[in-house]
Amino acid sequence: MTATRLTLALPSKGRLMEDCVENFARAGYSISKAHSMRGYRGMIEGRPEIDVNFVSASEIAQLLRQGDVHLGITGEDLMRESTTEVDARVSFLRKLGFGHADVVVAVPACWLDVRCLADLEPMAMRFRRQHGHRIRVATKYLNLTRLYFARAGVTSYRIVESLGATEGTPAAALAELIVDITSTGATLKANGLKILDDGVLLKSEANLIASKSAAWTSELEAIAAEITASFAQREAREKD
Amino acid sequence: MIAESTPQFDVIETHGKTLSAVFSAAGAELVAPSIIQPAGLFLDVVGESLRGRTYVFTDPDGLELCLRPDLTVPTCRIYLERDPEARSEQRFCYSGPVFRYQPQDAPRTNARETRQAGFEVFGVADLAAADAEVLAVTIKAVRAAGLDDFQLRIGDIGLLHAILDAQNMPARWHRRLTHQFWRAEAFHDELQRLVSWPAASARGIDPVLLARLDPERPEAAEAHVAEFLAANDIDLFGTRRLDEITAGLLEAAADTRSGPLPVAHAQLIEGYLAINEMPRRAIDILEKLAATAGCDIAPAIDRYRRRLDLIAGHGIDIDSAVFSAEFGRQFEYYTGFVFEMTSTKLPEKSPVAGGGRYDGLLRAAGAPRDVPAVGAAVYTERLRAALADYTTGGRP
Repeated sequence: MTATRLTLALPSKGRLMEDCVENFARAGYSISKAHSMRGYRGMIEGRPEIDVNFVSASEIAQLLRQGDVHLGITGEDLMRESTTEVDARVSFLRKLGFGHADVVVAVPACWLDVRCLADLEPMAMRFRRQHGHRIRVATKYLNLTRLYFARAGVTSYRIVESLGATEGTPAAALAELIVDITSTGATLKANGLKILDDGVLLKSEANLIASKSAAWTSELEAIAAEITASFAQREAREKD
Repeated sequence: MIAESTPQFDVIETHGKTLSAVFSAAGAELVAPSIIQPAGLFLDVVGESLRGRTYVFTDPDGLELCLRPDLTVPTCRIYLERDPEARSEQRFCYSGPVFRYQPQDAPRTNARETRQAGFEVFGVADLAAADAEVLAVTIKAVRAAGLDDFQLRIGDIGLLHAILDAQNMPARWHRRLTHQFWRAEAFHDELQRLVSWPAASARGIDPVLLARLDPERPEAAEAHVAEFLAANDIDLFGTRRLDEITAGLLEAAADTRSGPLPVAHAQLIEGYLAINEMPRRAIDILEKLAATAGCDIAPAIDRYRRRLDLIAGHGIDIDSAVFSAEFGRQFEYYTGFVFEMTSTKLPEKSPVAGGGRYDGLLRAAGAPRDVPAVGAAVYTERLRAALADYTTGGRP
């Protein structure tokens, strides 16, 4: 069956949802929720061919990966974290200018001997000889950490999965360093951590993303192109 | 392979039995380690890259487990369970499935589940003899299964260690180079850095602090570091102690005071790594390289030569093999002799069998010290594919 409707997945709550709805409004699309503010189905005024689903931000990445929705808005960090071979599966159509967060490598500021990613490996070798185990990296970004550390030649580490309060793990002796998101760096500083000189692994923000495996028709592709263009025009307008 | 027919399965099982019969006849005990293994040991030994190619999962108790990606590590666990002190000589063999994650766009020939039959020798003090034994038994097993037409490639990571040892370079450089051996590009970069600008490792360190750090006086250095931290209002916390941070700074300080690695030494290293020759001819080349650089690596060459003689003593035509100094780079746990057997019937990088010496693995698995260990595995599906070509005229 060929889909004749376009499905758009938006974050279901919080600041990210509000920013999405507001940005769509500024680009000329008025989104309303189907039943009440708590509903998870929405529509765009005057565009009956577009279904809007409000879903949790991390699930949006999964829906895009699987081709269950055509378009979605989520953070580049979540999209890249949850998907191997990400560029073969989705297209990042447009950065949207909100939801900024950097994925960074942060270490205790007292590590005067570690200033950049290249310093991590010799330190990790000494640590392993001394402590009998690899340095532990606390993070919720298992895949991004593996990917970027491999690119930087950092190999002698173990990941400790951390789903919250990651900045506190070095002080609690649960990890030696962390990979986490930060927008201002203030929480890291308050926890005695410093970002490595080249430690910004990914400058993430909310992106309009298209699934490559969804059921596309030329009509639906035209709608996606139109939405992308509207965001571009809005941006150009607002720059003046 | 998405699915297998029963006859295909039977063929592979039969090969597995033939191989393990040869291993058993060579004195190995047949073992069947659990398919589900604790992930921690593999992660410690292989590193986090394991997660990218292994099925790692968490059970309801929160334990991290994995479907075994190989049978060497599980066999090490069996050995240590029986002999925690790791003093005995033991030979084990196995035949069974291993599991590797394959991305969705991987070729269909890369299966998630494949079988391996292998032979592992633990605790034998005569390293060269055990190396030759494992190679000879593996070749015998593959021949028993019907494969006579294969190419043998060997390598020796011990030679690189010997070359670095003979150069009297600082221990920290030696460690960094051997550590980076597994990553060709990083190794080359490190070597270039040591030749051109060893002080690069100190960039970004406060110059006043750096000037105060004397590698000969670590205690005084510790006091300077503590003073610097206090003056800059930086808390000392976490699992790394002041002496460890100081040791890191002292390595950098020592690099700023060291002359660069002599170019002749770097040339010996790179010249060695470029060797890809008949195993005996490799000796002549290496001896010439060492003489030019003024390095004495005669003991390591003698060990290498003795191993070749022992291999030849098993009736193996060593002159038709190839020695490749680079070979072994993809398997980080190997420490000495490495080998693989390939077939022209199979795609590149798909050897029929491979193995080598891994003297550090048992310690990582809990042994009180490094224990001599050498082993090999035959990839049963590939063996079948290489053989099917003979009997069916090209149909895999």
